Amino acid sequence: MPARTKVVTVKRGLWENLYLPEIVRGLGVTLKHFFINTLGPKSKRQIVTIDYPDVVRELPERYRGVHRLNTREDGSVRCTACMMCATICPANCIHIEAGERENPASRDIEKFPQVFEIDELVCVVCGLCVEACPCDAIRMDTHVHMPPVEHRKDAVLEKPELMSRGTKSIAVDGGAGPDWRDKYTDLGSLTQIYRPDHIERDRERPARR
Amino acid sequence: MGEIVIWALVKIAILFGFALNLSAVLTWMERRQSAMMQDRMGPVKANISGVTLWGLLHPLADALKLATKEDFVPPKAHKAIFVLAPLFAIAPVVMVFAVIPFAPPVCLKQLTAIAPRCVAPEHMQIARIDIGLLYVFAIASISVYGAALAGWASYNNYSLLGGLRASAQMLSYEITMGMALIGTFLVFGTLEPGELVLRQSTIAKWGIVQQPLGFILFFFAAIAETKRAPFDLPEGESEIVGYFVEYSGARFMTFFLGEFLEIVFVGCMVTTIFLGGWQAPGLAADGLHIFGLDLQLPHIAVVGLGLVTFTIKVFIVCFLQLAIRWSLPRMRYDQLMRLGWKGMLPASIINVIITAAVVLWMSSPVKG
Ligand code: SF4
Ligand code: SF4
Repeated sequence: MPARTKVVTVKRGLWENLYLPEIVRGLGVTLKHFFINTLGPKSKRQIVTIDYPDVVRELPERYRGVHRLNTREDGSVRCTACMMCATICPANCIHIEAGERENPASRDIEKFPQVFEIDELVCVVCGLCVEACPCDAIRMDTHVHMPPVEHRKDAVLEKPELMSRGTKSIAVDGGAGPDWRDKYTDLGSLTQIYRPDHIERDRERPARR
Repeated sequence: MGEIVIWALVKIAILFGFALNLSAVLTWMERRQSAMMQDRMGPVKANISGVTLWGLLHPLADALKLATKEDFVPPKAHKAIFVLAPLFAIAPVVMVFAVIPFAPPVCLKQLTAIAPRCVAPEHMQIARIDIGLLYVFAIASISVYGAALAGWASYNNYSLLGGLRASAQMLSYEITMGMALIGTFLVFGTLEPGELVLRQSTIAKWGIVQQPLGFILFFFAAIAETKRAPFDLPEGESEIVGYFVEYSGARFMTFFLGEFLEIVFVGCMVTTIFLGGWQAPGLAADGLHIFGLDLQLPHIAVVGLGLVTFTIKVFIVCFLQLAIRWSLPRMRYDQLMRLGWKGMLPASIINVIITAAVVLWMSSPVKG
């Protein structure tokens, strides 16, 4: 089947070939913008520039920022070093070395990541790692841009850095059991989502290393 | 003798203070104006301890930056010509300003009198020469050397292409530019810019009213001479970058300044030839007569108002040039040549013929 085509004919008669009337029309369009933006009332102005970094655009709730690693109730890392994220990562930028817990917590969680590194310069910010994680251990809901770094190696975030933004997961260690609806009536108290107002807190954090 | 020198220096100071400052402001205006036309903000961040003046400090910052940058000469470039080319580009532009009349003639001895008459008023133009406009064309045609030599001396294919394009374009459009003015010469009967302005005493006598086609042709040919969009083929920012691609630092700044001086100069020329120079509607030798207002003004105030009028007119023409540059798409090279040789040149010749016929008919004794 031949591709469907639509023929658009641009009118080019003597009037257009004279250039001048069309030039004047074009100038009219641009100058209208100019005068509205300079002399027009504030409400009519169409300038779209945001005065970054003095003014920061409000990020959407699901904006994918710098990664963080969530913690358990006892403050240890939630990650079980299952390698799901490292496997799915299209940029291959997650490096995990698994270790064995000495005294596994409830439900025999044996593994934990001894090394957990993400190279944020290689990361394509696709969010697949977050989707893949079965444990709600890795998240990107920080609303934090990757800060500029001087050396490439500084862009490799290590476990302490990733955990510094971690909060207790909404998930319950060991599972909440079949009667979770009765136990956790106030889900809000369990929710510790990283919010934009944490950005301020992160700014004040002393520089890494 | 000494007085002549002092007056020449004063006039040079006024005109060049005007032209150089205006071109510096234009570098800022170009960016801010284009930003406003495209709903952006443009450069507004340069500041001295928080004072930004809407970004007006940016030309200062640019000059500092360019002056302190590394001055790079490509290893295989022809050193002497490479160094000279920016001067070839800017010198003609500076020279042509000499004939621009920027204020009414001044009667030195009677500054406070009303509408004084004197035998030899001081003409407010650096050089009052009878062939003024021919001089402009002669000098302006030298300025193509700057681009051509820069392109050739850089030892860079892209520069060479830019230089070639510049030569062809400037030579083609120079013809139209000259032809477009012949009509004006026929109407006003003089080549001397100061005299030209004196003869445009009312709006009905302005060049733009008497020679509308000549005005349009001259204006666009002049824009093509300044090598700016829609005729910016020699630069071709998106394809060959242009004849000055190898230049950096102060030498690049020279090219850049030359370009903006050219804009100012086109503004001055259009104002002088077509917009009545320092003449303003209602401004007569003895004061203001406008909207029923009759204001007697001393000579010095009239001169000042003339200077202000001239500045405003030049500014408006410069504004228009920037607006055109940011509104129109640019032409392909063959379109440029077609427009020049097959469109504007014949139109300007027709303009000459018609003007000549009308002038002849008006002055013939058998009229009517
Ligand atoms: S966001 Fe995508 S690229 Fe970045 S670490 Fe996660 S899976 Fe890899
Ligand atoms: S972050 Fe999640 S997916 Fe990645 S290794 Fe840890 S538990 Fe597995």
